[in-house]
Amino acid sequence: MSLLTVKDLRTYFHTRNGVYRAVDGVDFHLERGETLGIVGESGSGKSVTCYSIMGLVPQPPGRIESGTAMFDGVDLLHCTPREARAIRGKRVSMIFQDPMTSLNPYLRISEQLIEPLLIHEKISKADALQRGREALEAVGINDAARRIHYYPHEFSGGMRQRVMIAMALITKPELLIADEPTTALDVTVQAQILELIKKMQQELGMAVIFITHDLGVVSGLCDRVMVMYAGRIVESADTRTLFYQPKHPYTRALHRSIPSLQAKGRELFTIPGMPPDVSKPIAGCAFAPRCEFAADRCLLTDPPLAEWQPGHRQACLRVQAGEI
Amino acid sequence: MPDPILELRDVKTYFPIHRGFFIKRQAGTVKAVDGVTLSVQRGEVLGLVGESGCGKSTLARTIMQLVPTTGGTVVLEGKNLTQGSATEIRRTRRDMQMVFQDPYASLNPRMTVFATLAEPLIVHRVCPRGEVTTRVARLMETVGLAPRFMQKYPHEFSGGQRQRIAIARALALEPKVIIADEPVSALDVSIQAQILNLLAELGRKMNLSLIFIAHDLSVVKHISDRVAVMYLGKIVELGPAVDVIERPRHPYTRALVSAIPTPNPDLERTRQRIVLAGDPPSPISPPAGCAFHPRCLYAREKCRLAIPSLVADSPTREVACVRLAEI
Ligand SMILES: Nc1ncnc2c1ncn2[C@@H]1O[C@H](COP(=O)(O)OP(=O)(O)OP(=O)(O)O)[C@@H](O)[C@H]1O
Ligand SMILES: Nc1ncnc2c1ncn2[C@@H]1O[C@H](COP(=O)(O)OP(=O)(O)OP(=O)(O)O)[C@@H](O)[C@H]1O
Ligand SMILES: [Mg+2]
Ligand SMILES: [Mg+2]
Repeated sequence: MSLLTVKDLRTYFHTRNGVYRAVDGVDFHLERGETLGIVGESGSGKSVTCYSIMGLVPQPPGRIESGTAMFDGVDLLHCTPREARAIRGKRVSMIFQDPMTSLNPYLRISEQLIEPLLIHEKISKADALQRGREALEAVGINDAARRIHYYPHEFSGGMRQRVMIAMALITKPELLIADEPTTALDVTVQAQILELIKKMQQELGMAVIFITHDLGVVSGLCDRVMVMYAGRIVESADTRTLFYQPKHPYTRALHRSIPSLQAKGRELFTIPGMPPDVSKPIAGCAFAPRCEFAADRCLLTDPPLAEWQPGHRQACLRVQAGEI
Repeated sequence: MPDPILELRDVKTYFPIHRGFFIKRQAGTVKAVDGVTLSVQRGEVLGLVGESGCGKSTLARTIMQLVPTTGGTVVLEGKNLTQGSATEIRRTRRDMQMVFQDPYASLNPRMTVFATLAEPLIVHRVCPRGEVTTRVARLMETVGLAPRFMQKYPHEFSGGQRQRIAIARALALEPKVIIADEPVSALDVSIQAQILNLLAELGRKMNLSLIFIAHDLSVVKHISDRVAVMYLGKIVELGPAVDVIERPRHPYTRALVSAIPTPNPDLERTRQRIVLAGDPPSPISPPAGCAFHPRCLYAREKCRLAIPSLVADSPTREVACVRLAEI
């Protein structure tokens, strides 16, 4: 049985300006110890997918319209608050993009770090602090005994992000969801943090969902990758397949947009047009209006995410028909 | 023919560190920017890279006069901003615009996109009132946002979309210099490419100068004419972008370049990296001599003795390393 199985997840935002179908029918699964990358258009629903699993969607305006998220036999979307508390923040934890907004500036690191332990485990404060120091040391923060009493602003950006990771890992979760955890960091610190996540993963056998825009990071870290567009998954495959034999036209276009693979001085390749308005019904394929391969039927028929080869799913009618 | 629009001379920005809650006393100084000399040409794109916390954002805010300078001068088109009056600074603000690192914090959550973009147009009387809506729509299209989103609020957008609003706002006044502090790091590669093309095109068409701060060196290499590499408040290497990134000279730049992830799984999993040992040093008590020496593969005794200055390594390249000739 998979560690996490998400089926037909739909999360909509009901606003004055209409209903935004941020996540509109997402299916995926994750095995124990596996690393799954999520890439895709800004606004395609990557964060909202993870927020839905974590119970962090602001409601209202957000609403989970349908779906299940089975984590080790418990449906996170329909379980009791008590069941949810036993899982979220303990067996599943999340790191956010911006460490400064997710750390409380007025509280010492020590208090924030051990809070999940005090909530989830019967543990004395002294023991919790000891675990806190160990967690800081594990993420490579020297002199943890002293620094655990610092306030967030007394750490550099890279160190704060490591504190966040320590906080997420302190309960030894089985699943870590990382939403662009290294976007604000330079490449040397990023490399350190990715190494750290890999090491923790080996030690704890933890599964990871890693959201990023950096396809370089994906290629080094992830076992499998899922590509999102307009609230749906358009392709998912193991990392090598996705990089060397991408099938869906959006994935191919994304790949062509990577700056490092293009000649300097020339204009960078971009995908023409704009992402669709997810508050309007989309007939056919959401990417079709921007797709160089689009045929008439792409604008009419909703393409299902279908198996192309074992372990490789994609949602393009023309690929499925063997035309491109 | 050099035609500098912006010149920095020995710019220093220090922050006092206070301890104590009731009785504040200064417990130290963060030398966030510590002696930066740099010029930016008209129409030039200067990339600024360096470790998290090395002072890139502080340098940007110093140029914008958003923080007081501790020393040195910032000269924009011949005007010394560090001695300017408040009115002069306000006037130059129109010529210099900044796009901030954090699109969440830099947009007013209670203003619609329309209000955000219309405000500078109205305050600075850029166009007649009747044209404001058309102008706002055009700005939105320029950055790849559909004008139908005009009445939405920042929280209704994704991170990437919000950053495009911030860029549109910086462009509203058609400035001469834009300082973009990680403007594309929150965007997907396709929108990144759109914004980079846009900035490059604006640079060419309007002879706009751009200081571009980023962590993604492949992006920096693509867009920049020159690149400056910072470490702990100082520039340690400066030269043509492609040259610096393909043939880094300073040991820190070498480590930085070796850590760039490549979008190629087979290569990425087998290649060699220079792994930097230890943490970035504290800007409150920087190491003696070269600030990089405790983590440098090539460090020798002499590196601890004197702070290396930026010296010409070739006609176009400057590097601050005393062992440069030997490594
Ligand atoms: N609180 C909200 N109210 C209304 N719409 C929202 C809200 N939060 C998110 N959305 C919408 O949901 C969609 C998906 O957003 P999400 O943050 O998941 O995108 P993302 O894929 O993580 O993008 P990025 O890469 O830019 O972070 C967006 O179109 C966004 O406008
Ligand atoms: N207002 C302030 N008071 C005290 N210290 C500050 C202040 N602003 C910045 N610093 C310190 O100055 C140093 C440089 O910070 P800065 O934000 O300029 O770094 P950066 O290079 O932009 O980093 P990043 O890549 O993480 O954005 C850091 O050590 C930071 O903690
Ligand atoms: Mg997101
Ligand atoms: Mg910064």
